[in-house]
Parts: sequence; C-alpha cells; structure tokens
Amino acid sequence: MVQLTLPKNSQMRTGKTWPKPEGARTLRKFRIYRWNPDDGQNPRVDTYFVDLDDCGPMVLDALIWIKSNIDPTLTFRRSCREGICGSCAMNIDGGNELACIFGMDEVKGDVAIYPLPHMPVVKDLVPDLTHFYAQHASIKPWLETKSNTPAKEWRQSIEDREKLDGLYECVMCACCSTACPSYWWNGDRYLGPAALLHAYRWIIDSRDEATGERLDDLHDPFKLYRCHTIMNCAKTCPKGLNPAKAIAEIKKQMVERVV
Amino acid sequence: MSYKTDYARVHGHGAAGEGVGHWWAQRVTSIALIPLMLLFIIPFGRALGGGYDAFVATYSNLWHALVAVLFIAATFAHLQQGLQVVIEDYVSGKAARTAALLVNTLLCWAIGAAGVLSVATILFSA
Repeated sequence: MVQLTLPKNSQMRTGKTWPKPEGARTLRKFRIYRWNPDDGQNPRVDTYFVDLDDCGPMVLDALIWIKSNIDPTLTFRRSCREGICGSCAMNIDGGNELACIFGMDEVKGDVAIYPLPHMPVVKDLVPDLTHFYAQHASIKPWLETKSNTPAKEWRQSIEDREKLDGLYECVMCACCSTACPSYWWNGDRYLGPAALLHAYRWIIDSRDEATGERLDDLHDPFKLYRCHTIMNCAKTCPKGLNPAKAIAEIKKQMVERVV
Repeated sequence: MSYKTDYARVHGHGAAGEGVGHWWAQRVTSIALIPLMLLFIIPFGRALGGGYDAFVATYSNLWHALVAVLFIAATFAHLQQGLQVVIEDYVSGKAARTAALLVNTLLCWAIGAAGVLSVATILFSA
C-alpha cells in the first residue's frame, strides 16, 4: 500500500539552533531540513537567524547568507539566481518554489525549507533527480524528422510557433512533478507533469514528424493516465505554466485517434 | 542491488498500448449516468412506499425495466473502472494489486449481473 508514514531512519528530529548573528537588528528565523548521508543520523531541522539588513530579499539570498556567515556545510543547488536554470527548486513554506525568485516577504512567520517532496535526498536540500531526468530523456525531447533535411531550416508559421508558448518556457526544476500525488505514489512508472509537458511540446510542434510514435509511446495506463487533473502542478509551477492542460491535450489527441 | 540504468527503468516493458479505451469508457458511462440516474430514480422512488407489488408493477413495464437495466449496467461498469484506477493508484505491491483488481472486476460484474437478472426476472415473470 501507499506509505503514509516515514520509515524510522527518515523521521525528522529537532536539530541545532544556531546563535543569532551579533549586532543584527532585523532578524528572520529559518527552519531548514538537514541530512548528511555520511553521519548515519536521522534528518533534523536546524534553526538559523538571518540578518535581513545584510541580506538580499529572496530565499536563495538567505540560504547563501547562512552558508557564508553561519554554516558552510549547508548544502543546496543554485546557479543562475534568476529563475532560468531551475537548480534551486525546494519546498519553501509548504510549496515547491524556486528559491531565487521566491521572496522572503511572501512567507508569514518562520521560513521553513525542505527538499522537494518524495524524492531521494542526496544531502540537505539536494534531491536526487536522476530518475526525473531519465523520464525527460524518455520522451525524446528533440525534433524527430523523416523528410529530407531542408537546406536552410525547418520552417514554421507564426501561428504554429505560438502553439509552443506556455510549453517551451519549462526549466525542468521538478517543482510540478514532486508536487503531484500521482507522481509520489507511482513515480516509477508515471512520467509526471514535467516530462508530459515536454512530450506535448514536441507532439504539438508543427515541424515534428513523429507525432504518432510519440503518442504510441505514451499510450499506457501508467505513463500518461495516472494524471487525475489534481492541478498541483499548475498551482506550484514557478514559471506560471500549466502542465495539467498539456496532459489533457495529449489525452484529447489519444481520443482523436480512436473516436 | 541492480545496475540497471534509470533510462532502462523508465522504459520498463514499454508502453502497454492501452489506456485510452478505459479513459473514454469512464467518461461515456459517467455522462450516460446523468440521464439514466434521473430516469431511474423517479419510478424507483414512486415504488418505494408500495412494497414488493409496487416494484413488480413498475418493472413489468418494458420502458422502466430497460432504464433500470441500463442504469445498473452503467453504474457497475463505471464503478469497476473507477475502483480500478483507485487500486492502481494506491495499492503498490504486485500481488496485492493483482488480487485487488481481480476482486474488483469479479464483484462489480457479479453484483451488476445480479441486478440486471433481478429486473429481467420481474419483467419476464409478470
């Protein structure tokens, strides 16, 4: 059955409360998930105090501030700091967000930060996304053609190009898939909202010549039909995309093949 | 311990090549149940206070019997399809999942068939 409780070695304990920075006047309390695979301990939640007068406004600014000024062992992914790379996806205040574009002022009270839900943890706030990336690779996220390659380029009308809007912007941060209960329970077989949004991005691309094969590959009770339109994916997407709608469009195309 | 790659795990045995039929049937039965439910409930409700004789009188009528049979068939087909999805979602062990799916199919068919036979018995014995 679905596992609703954490196994013993995953149960979280209260961790260390780090001292408040000296001389700081405006403090913000952060409660952050910590887990180190090398020390054999259970995960814990450490408490930090950030000096807001010395720190930028985003949650990622605070994490970098903590790492630079309090605890250099705090581990998290980050790169572009402007919502393009998708590296700093994590669960902030109960929702999956990109820490770099999520302001501290959007959280009332203490800022609670955990890794993306229901994924294996590598360390602290770093989830293991290997399977997630393999799912993305499985939908063949590239242009598939059979006609002779044109001398210059595969042409596309403005109207057809517009069909890709709301799809191509996905940065593969995994916020949507890890917010999806169907993905939590059957993530080994269900491709999840991110991979399916990308699948639709290529299905709807007017230049692609493998629409039928792409639909064949998705025609499966688990790969596609685990989506029950729960809509957590659309609610949480930091880029404002709607993977549930893309999945519904794939289902519509599936029906069009048989009805 | 397995050295199988994640890419191989994701592909598994490939796409089953089914799913759209189940998805479509679930929608068709749910839409069919809207008028069928209304058509079934009205004569059923009227017969409720009148005991066995009232039910025999109602379902001796070919139209009421036809609606009842369609309603029972659509209800149990929809129930079977819906419960199948719930089982596939929440029962993860291979043996438990297979057993639950079998029990679901057998029970829904058996109860649905019993309902249809009951109505047919009343219709043809009247």
